[in-house]
Amino acid sequence: MTDLSRRDLFRLGLLAGSASLATACGWQGGPLAPKLRAFSRVNDWVGERLFSKNRLAPEYSIAQRTPDRQFPAYARTRGYPRLAEPAGWALQVGGLVRNPLRLTLEMIQAMPSVTYTVKHHCVEGWTAIGTWTGVPVSVILGLAEPTAEAGYLRFDSFDARYFNGWDLKSAMHPQTILAYAFNDRPLGPARGAPLRLYSPVKLGYKLTKYLTAMTFTAERPGGYWEDMGYPWLGGI
Amino acid sequence: MDQKPTPVRRHHWIVRAAHWLNAVLLLGMIASGLQIYNAFAHFGPRGRPYLPNPWDGDPFPAPVRLGGWLAGGLNWHFALAWPLVLTGLVYLIYLLASGEWRSLLFRPRDVPAAWRMQLYYLRLRREHPPQGKHNALQKAAYSFIILLGVLAVLTGYAIYKPVQLSWLTALFGGYELARYWHFWAVWLFVAFTVVHVLLVFLVDPASLRAMITGWYRGRFPSHD
Repeated sequence: MTDLSRRDLFRLGLLAGSASLATACGWQGGPLAPKLRAFSRVNDWVGERLFSKNRLAPEYSIAQRTPDRQFPAYARTRGYPRLAEPAGWALQVGGLVRNPLRLTLEMIQAMPSVTYTVKHHCVEGWTAIGTWTGVPVSVILGLAEPTAEAGYLRFDSFDARYFNGWDLKSAMHPQTILAYAFNDRPLGPARGAPLRLYSPVKLGYKLTKYLTAMTFTAERPGGYWEDMGYPWLGGI
Repeated sequence: MDQKPTPVRRHHWIVRAAHWLNAVLLLGMIASGLQIYNAFAHFGPRGRPYLPNPWDGDPFPAPVRLGGWLAGGLNWHFALAWPLVLTGLVYLIYLLASGEWRSLLFRPRDVPAAWRMQLYYLRLRREHPPQGKHNALQKAAYSFIILLGVLAVLTGYAIYKPVQLSWLTALFGGYELARYWHFWAVWLFVAFTVVHVLLVFLVDPASLRAMITGWYRGRFPSHD
C-alpha cells in the first residue's frame, strides 16, 4: 500500500518536474494549447450565467476622467483607418432580422441616446475612465426586430479584418451602445470614428471600432483576437 | 546509536494529494500570471503615478513564464484556476470535517509558545520547546498561508469579473488595487515556499517523507 502510493507520488513528482521544465521554456502549451482554448469555452459558459442584464457598471464623475492623451487607442490599420468618403458611410443592420436597416450617422444621432462616464478595462490589465455618448444597441434591436433564430451579433469594421462576435444578452445590456462621441466631442479617428461599439461590461478588444455592419446570426461568430486564442466572451 | 523512532501516521492521503497538487498548480498559476503581468507591467489607473512595485515596467523573462503570449497566459491561468480552487476547497473541507484544523489554526493562546519558538530559532534558547504535530510558529505560518490562498483566489475573481462581482472588487479597494494585491500574493507565496522548504531540510527532514508516504519517523512524534 505504502509502496503503491510512493510510486504514485513519484509520478506526481515527475509531473511537477515536467511542469517546471515546460514553464522554463515560456511554453504555450504545445498539444495542450487547443485543449486550453476549448476549455476557455467552459469559462465563457460560466461567464454568461454570471452575467446580469440588470447589473450596471459604476459611473464616475467628469473630474475622474483619464486625460485624453493617457487613454490608449489601438487599431489594426497602420496609423488609423479613415474612410475615403465619410459622407457615404452608413451602418448596415442585417442578417436574421425582419427589418434590415441602413442607418446614416444623422439617423443614429437622432435616436434616443445615453451618456455615461465609465471605466474601460483592457485585457492587458490597464484601466482608464472616459465619457461615451451613443444609442443603446437595444434600440437598434427594437427597430430591426431579430427573428427567433438570431442568437448572436456580429460587428464588422473597416479596420483591416477586425470584427467581433457577441452574445445577445450582453448586446441588450442598457450600457451597450453604438457610440459617436467621446469625452463630449465627436469620435476622432483614433477612437473609432464615425461609430463604434462601446460597453463597460466587456473588455476593450470586444468593442469594435470603425463600425460598418451589425449582423444577427444563428451561429456564434468568432472575432479577430478571439480566433487567435483570446477568451470569446470577454465579459467582466 | 540512535534509537529508531516509532513511525506515526501523520498526513491523511487527502492532505498529501492536496499539498503536492497545490504545489504544481500554484507553480502554473504564478508562471501564467507573470505572463499576463507582462502585457502591462504597472499598477494603478492610466494617467496617474503608478503604485510602488520593484518590477515596475519590467517584463518577466521567458524562463519563468507560461503561455508564450497574453492569450496563452490567460488560457492557462483561467484553466488552472479550476483545479486550484477545487483542491483548496477539498483541503479546507477535510480540515474542518476531520477536526485537524485544531492542530493547525493559530490562536491568541499560541502567542507565548510562538515567542519561545522564536527565541529558539534566534539561538537565545537552547532547547527546542516541546510541541505537538506543529509548533506555534508553524501554526502561524500555515494559518497565514491558508488565508493568503483564500485572498489570492478572491482578488483573482475580483479582477476577473470587476463588474459582475463589483462588491468583491470594491472590498479590495477597486480593480487596480485588487490587481495589485493579487500580484503581491505571488511574492508572499514565493517567500513562504523558500522558508518552508529550507526549514524542512534544516529542522525536520523527516517531515518531507511524511508528506509523501504519510508516515512520520522524526523527532517530533507527538500528535495533538
